[in-house]
Amino acid sequence: MRMNSWIRQHLAALRALLVLTVLLGVAYPAAVWAVARVPGLNHKAEGSLISVDGKTVGSEIIGQSFTDAEGNPLKQYFQSRPSAAGAGYDPLSTAASNLGPEDVLDTLPIPGAKDDEGNPDEGKQSLLTQVCARSKAIGELEGVDGGRPYCTQDGVGAVLKVFPDRAVSVNQACPATPFVAAYQGRPVECGKPGEDYASGRTVPIRGNIKAVVPPDAVTASGSGLDPHITPAYAELQAPRVATARGMDVGKVRELIAEHTVTRTLGFMGEPAVNVLELNLALDRAKAGS
Amino acid sequence: MNPTLAGILFIGSLVLALALVYRPFGGYMYRVYTGTGHLAPEKFIYRLIGVKADSEQRWGTYVRSILAFSLVSVLLLYGLQRLQDKLLFNLGFDPVVDHVAWNTAISFVTNTNWQAYSGESTMGYLVQMAGLAVQNFVSAAVGMSVAIALVRGFARSKTDLLGNFWVDLVRGTVRILLPIAFVGALVLVAGGLIQNFNGIQTVATLAGGEQSITGGPVASQEVIKELGTNGGGFYNANSAHPFENTTSWTNWFEIFLILVIPFTLTRTFGLMVKDKRQGYAILAVMATLAIASVTLVNLAEISHNGTVPQAVGAATEGKEVRFGVSNSATFGAATTLTSTGAVNSFHDSYTALGGGMLMFNMMLGEVAPGGVGAGLYGMLILAVIAVFVAGLMVGRTPEYLGKRIGAREIKFAALYFLVTPALVLIGTAAAMASPEQRASMLNTGPHGFSEVLYAFTSAANNNGSAFAGITVNTPWYDTALGLAMVFGRFLPIIFVLALAGSLAAQQPVPVSAGTLPTYRPQFVGLVVGVTVILVALTYLPALALGPLAEGIR
Repeated sequence: MRMNSWIRQHLAALRALLVLTVLLGVAYPAAVWAVARVPGLNHKAEGSLISVDGKTVGSEIIGQSFTDAEGNPLKQYFQSRPSAAGAGYDPLSTAASNLGPEDVLDTLPIPGAKDDEGNPDEGKQSLLTQVCARSKAIGELEGVDGGRPYCTQDGVGAVLKVFPDRAVSVNQACPATPFVAAYQGRPVECGKPGEDYASGRTVPIRGNIKAVVPPDAVTASGSGLDPHITPAYAELQAPRVATARGMDVGKVRELIAEHTVTRTLGFMGEPAVNVLELNLALDRAKAGS
Repeated sequence: MNPTLAGILFIGSLVLALALVYRPFGGYMYRVYTGTGHLAPEKFIYRLIGVKADSEQRWGTYVRSILAFSLVSVLLLYGLQRLQDKLLFNLGFDPVVDHVAWNTAISFVTNTNWQAYSGESTMGYLVQMAGLAVQNFVSAAVGMSVAIALVRGFARSKTDLLGNFWVDLVRGTVRILLPIAFVGALVLVAGGLIQNFNGIQTVATLAGGEQSITGGPVASQEVIKELGTNGGGFYNANSAHPFENTTSWTNWFEIFLILVIPFTLTRTFGLMVKDKRQGYAILAVMATLAIASVTLVNLAEISHNGTVPQAVGAATEGKEVRFGVSNSATFGAATTLTSTGAVNSFHDSYTALGGGMLMFNMMLGEVAPGGVGAGLYGMLILAVIAVFVAGLMVGRTPEYLGKRIGAREIKFAALYFLVTPALVLIGTAAAMASPEQRASMLNTGPHGFSEVLYAFTSAANNNGSAFAGITVNTPWYDTALGLAMVFGRFLPIIFVLALAGSLAAQQPVPVSAGTLPTYRPQFVGLVVGVTVILVALTYLPALALGPLAEGIR
């Protein structure tokens, strides 16, 4: 008798689940799909795809890399933000870096060492060093100072491991010259790959550089597919793009303004420049002139 | 406009919108759960299920119905994932690995939506729609049913009947969640979310490379993911993905969806106990905690302390340009104050104190305003504990809403409160004690510990967000976190319904001069204080090893 009622209860539960599955799992999404076919919604429901000369080149709302096969920036295009999605802007592996605010210590590559698959050891860059390296590279590309607080001149995190008798600039692999010669009377050494510095006290050194390269340019987004950059980063890139294209920088700035989304209702979100649309507009402008 | 002012207006406009719908929508839900008539489609559903819609259940039967429904849900969802390669729209994906499939099944049935998998490369469309999204609806409806049953316990007297679970489940789904989801999904499509079955299209990019554009029935799933405070993303990047959250206003709308039911249920509560002031008092407790938390997370992120945020000049790592720092922080607070766990920015890269605050939000037990239903019943338990504390201070038998909080009642409330801290702290300790489990941490030092603490806090509180650097698709974490989710969901539900049963059986105590009024600001302050102090005492040592060690120099 008890068993019977147990079974009856679970059969009722199963029937309920199946009925609700048909309603909520099939009919509902299909109905939303059907209504979303109406003109005006259809383009968006299909992914806001953009075509050039009849060929789809991407989605208005999904960012892309504008780099060559080696990953070097194409100078005639505005560059997107750094991306942690796969090899960069890969919608099949959307992701953020997930590195924390105090991720400042690199694992230096050991020269000659190989990993399990026989590839040379590449070590592991901390988030701080990634930021510093990006900033330096962007500075060189755009012809501005790529320095930042907590970064060394050579584009790694300026971090010391402090011991009683010495300090080590752990992210600068020997034979690099440490970014400071001494720290509170202790001599500063370069970092030896493979050496265990865990027992030292971690001291990041701020320095007194003011960053020119904007924050979004040196940090990865949450999705890894961020279609936007800030107006500040677009402005930084404008002269380089204009030069590469032989265009008037004023015209490039006009296009930036055209492709800048302002805050919705004046207060939601932040102003943003859609990189793919801007680059397409540049291509069109060139074709038109 | 300066970004700080814009951020304040963003929060203010959400408060205003919630205030506007509070009375009509709360009244609507009251009529849904107390009305005696059945709609034609509902009658049809009851016939298919084979339940007598007009007979009510005792608390034990109510619990058993929930457990039966959840059990078959887990089994069906597990089966769908394991047989994925034989299903339609599977995009060519393999069956989901057994431990991931079990973890995911548990996770969606418990309204957690912790994801040990990456959506775009694991789950086909049918599993997403007919498996995961269905649970988004029904796990939310289960939470609301439990809350309503508890409120009936307060509102009724000298009865052992708490309502009919199947009726509450179907009404919550058909009359509340489904209509809002349908309209909301179309609103989101208008904002740019996708709703198609196109599979993966490869396109040639401008720079001469290739990009695979994904498809899917995203809008229909996104809306219920927020409205039902579920949080499981169609894609790995969750609501940071432009296809899940396209513009700054879809972001606003998604936060609104997250908060609307949990806050508004307090109105339904007030109407059901026939004293709207009681509803306002609970709302005031929730709102006080929520506003404080949103403010603190915003402050932490905008002031961007910490080495990397200082080097960058803003806390932009893991955040999208279109949302900006402030709106991301507001979303992060909303998702952890409720049991949602959707993210539009990645919590692992938040500043130490900002991320710590998100963890603290969950540790509050997700009561401000909490998950759909779960927030209300969690908060009512805290109110019971608060009147008990007050009763101890003045030496009177505590009462709440005319019901005596005796030994039996306070035991259920105390057990309820102790479940999650036990799961969180024991789980975290077990993981940290093993070198193998420690190896799952992406970050080192206090931040790595925070990843583990966050994972167990999120699982046991049925939140589902993560400090996502941690590698959790291992058999150990899938099992341990799966258990934390099961116990963190169903033990409290059992204690709540047992409490409801014992309250419903009581004869109401008449109000006297010695009765503590539970609708005055004094009581609101008492509940806020009890909540914060209890949680702080429970978790401070663990927090000190993680976010506090990292954030305070």
